[in-house]
Amino acid sequence: MKIKWPGNSITGTLASFKHGVHPNESKELTDHRQIERMPFSDHFILHLSQHTGVPSIPVVKEGQKVRRGELIAKPGGFVSVGLHTPVDGTVTAIDLFDHPKGQMSPAIKIKTDPFSPQISRQPPVPSPEQLPLNTFIELVQRAGIVGMGGAAFPSHVKFSVPEGKECKVMMLNGCECEPYLTCDHRVMVEYSQELLDGTSILQHFIGAEAIYIAIEANKPDAIHILDQACQVSELPIEVVPLKVKYPQGAEKMMISAILGDEIPAGKLPLDVGTMVSNVGTIVALSQYFRKSLPLVERVITVSGTAVRRPSNLLVPIGTSMREVVDYCGGLTDELARILLGGPMMGVVQKSLEVPVLKGTSGILALSHDEVSDFDTYTCIRCGRCLDACPLFLNPARLGLLARKSLWDEMEDNHVLDCFECAACSFVCPSGIPLVQSFRVGKAMVREKKARMASEKG
Amino acid sequence: MLKRTLHISSSPHITKGISTDDIMRNVVWALLPVSAFAVYAFGLSALLVLFTSVASCVITEHLLCRLAGKESTISDWSAVISGLLLGLTLPPGFPLWMTFCGGVIAIALGKFMFGGLGYNVFNPALVGRAVLQAAFPVAITTWQPAFASNRFDSTFSATFTFPFAEPAADGITAATPLAAFKFEGITTDAQELALGLVTGSTGETCAALIILGGIYLVMRNMMNWRIPVAVLGTVYILSGLFYLIDNESYPSPVFMLFSGGLMLGAIFMATDMVASPITSAGVVLYGAIIGLLVVVIRLWGGLPEGVMYAILIANAISPHIDNMIRLRVYGTAKRAMER
Repeated sequence: MKIKWPGNSITGTLASFKHGVHPNESKELTDHRQIERMPFSDHFILHLSQHTGVPSIPVVKEGQKVRRGELIAKPGGFVSVGLHTPVDGTVTAIDLFDHPKGQMSPAIKIKTDPFSPQISRQPPVPSPEQLPLNTFIELVQRAGIVGMGGAAFPSHVKFSVPEGKECKVMMLNGCECEPYLTCDHRVMVEYSQELLDGTSILQHFIGAEAIYIAIEANKPDAIHILDQACQVSELPIEVVPLKVKYPQGAEKMMISAILGDEIPAGKLPLDVGTMVSNVGTIVALSQYFRKSLPLVERVITVSGTAVRRPSNLLVPIGTSMREVVDYCGGLTDELARILLGGPMMGVVQKSLEVPVLKGTSGILALSHDEVSDFDTYTCIRCGRCLDACPLFLNPARLGLLARKSLWDEMEDNHVLDCFECAACSFVCPSGIPLVQSFRVGKAMVREKKARMASEKG
Repeated sequence: MLKRTLHISSSPHITKGISTDDIMRNVVWALLPVSAFAVYAFGLSALLVLFTSVASCVITEHLLCRLAGKESTISDWSAVISGLLLGLTLPPGFPLWMTFCGGVIAIALGKFMFGGLGYNVFNPALVGRAVLQAAFPVAITTWQPAFASNRFDSTFSATFTFPFAEPAADGITAATPLAAFKFEGITTDAQELALGLVTGSTGETCAALIILGGIYLVMRNMMNWRIPVAVLGTVYILSGLFYLIDNESYPSPVFMLFSGGLMLGAIFMATDMVASPITSAGVVLYGAIIGLLVVVIRLWGGLPEGVMYAILIANAISPHIDNMIRLRVYGTAKRAMER
């Protein structure tokens, strides 16, 4: 496979994609802070919908004692994964709780056993090199491993290469293009051995011709450490520094930057022979197969100027935001908004009583100075959104169509390709909620398609 | 912990921090040197024309918003731009009551009737000027000399014409370089043109300051540089071709670039974001159309100047350019676009 790397060697520029934006990185708040393990809180709320796909199905009952790493909910289908308790304790409720997406959603509440040493004593996982592919896929599903970049797509589905398709290039996504977030950065620096180990496990089953670790150039320490590790590795692996630009970490943009290739509209990376995984996911893979620890904790960044002690934390899944924020010294009076995820794509929260999910990469407490709200004007057709959209959509036109509820025309203008990176809204001088209207448009188009499909069938 | 009110909103939660009124304000800043030079060159009358046109635009916008039961939109500064641009395109001794009418028409007919900022098909200032040109053809082609010795303590006699009265002809009129060329075949020195030592509309004479304002806006990423480059480039190449063929009857390309309202039009009026295409390829085509029309009107039309009509016609074509030229969306085949 032809590799377009390292950018333009004549001008010395780094590889990247066209268009995009460059927000203030704001990573200096936490990028030098070592990952701390957060103490276990009194109780945990584990949502059955942690991931994209079908919710998990509980296999425990109220009042049942559970051990750290024990399966408490099994996969609800193929596009679904297992769920495990991060602590020794007792199931106190299986009920509806606030979900970070806004609605109430079924979850398992576990009360921590205050006298337990919280050491995982799960039976050892067989060595992956001995396993057939389908057992490996099944174990990954059971271990509850999902994409840790934010979308939380079940990893075993991604690792199951369909008949007739081939994965030639594996990309490890350490771009972390969202401002503020530094969890992937710290994972690459502090878990470099686990990252390479997880890669070798996956490579055993995938057999890619080349493996690239894509890292934005604003993480020189991660690039350096992984570059050295790659040089002594037996894998066909190398580090690719990419230009600092948002949304560089999107699959489509990484593939454009590194391979100079485009994923056809509506297709997946595998259709161009590529598989993209977040670095945190690969580390989770290593931890499951080497340390028998399913996905019960993850590294998150707690940042923003409205939190007193910005940090990178290893947090058990299910810890409430309030506990995390309190552990980081609490919030200041400057607080304007609190979100799960980065400032470009993260979801704003109405209360602190929601738990950390497997896909949560950060908790941001933004002050009034950091969030800029200005008046909404009509579109002046300045064209900034066209220059920002990494997919070369016409957000200005889509925005007008959305305003007039012209969903069919939105579909003709490729609204379904939009992955909601929000670069258009970021640059819009008129403060038009473009992405928000595209979300509505996408939902309407999908709903109509589903209706038409059901009428036909 | 204290109870707090948390703000709920859709992503993104940060923005670049440049708002529409920032852009509009910067356009006003970029026009200030041009306006200052106009006052320096033509004196008190020019100041009054500019002041009247800005005031009439702002007042009209405010009153129309109130009439429509909407919140006043004068704080977005776009009415100030329209007013300034209209004033800058009028002769310095233009009667003030006519100037006021022009401002009202620019905002009411050119902008508000279409739905206000963002919806106007044409550049409002040019709509105002086009109506004035049709209504008062004599007054709008009566040019007063630049650098008159008493320009700071007295006004041109036409300035204070009583509404609906015929402006007094005071004999001290002058020919613009374009009119001089068109009707008498006299070309003016390019250096004089660039520095604004000639007569003409209030703000179109000093090309150097207009270019400076344009560079300021381009550097702040508040103007699409492709438009003036395409307009001026097309004018230069086309008129250069004719000049090469016959340098007796056709003016030099440099004269074409620096005379009349071309600089002001190409840099400040053709670049009206609302009335120009949105894609990069689209604006180049749009600019080329303006350039072509300017050359055609100037060389073969009945009028000495054609920038205004060229821009208005291109404004009308602009939505069609946007429908015709679309970007190739990521992941779609090139042929899928041709439908």
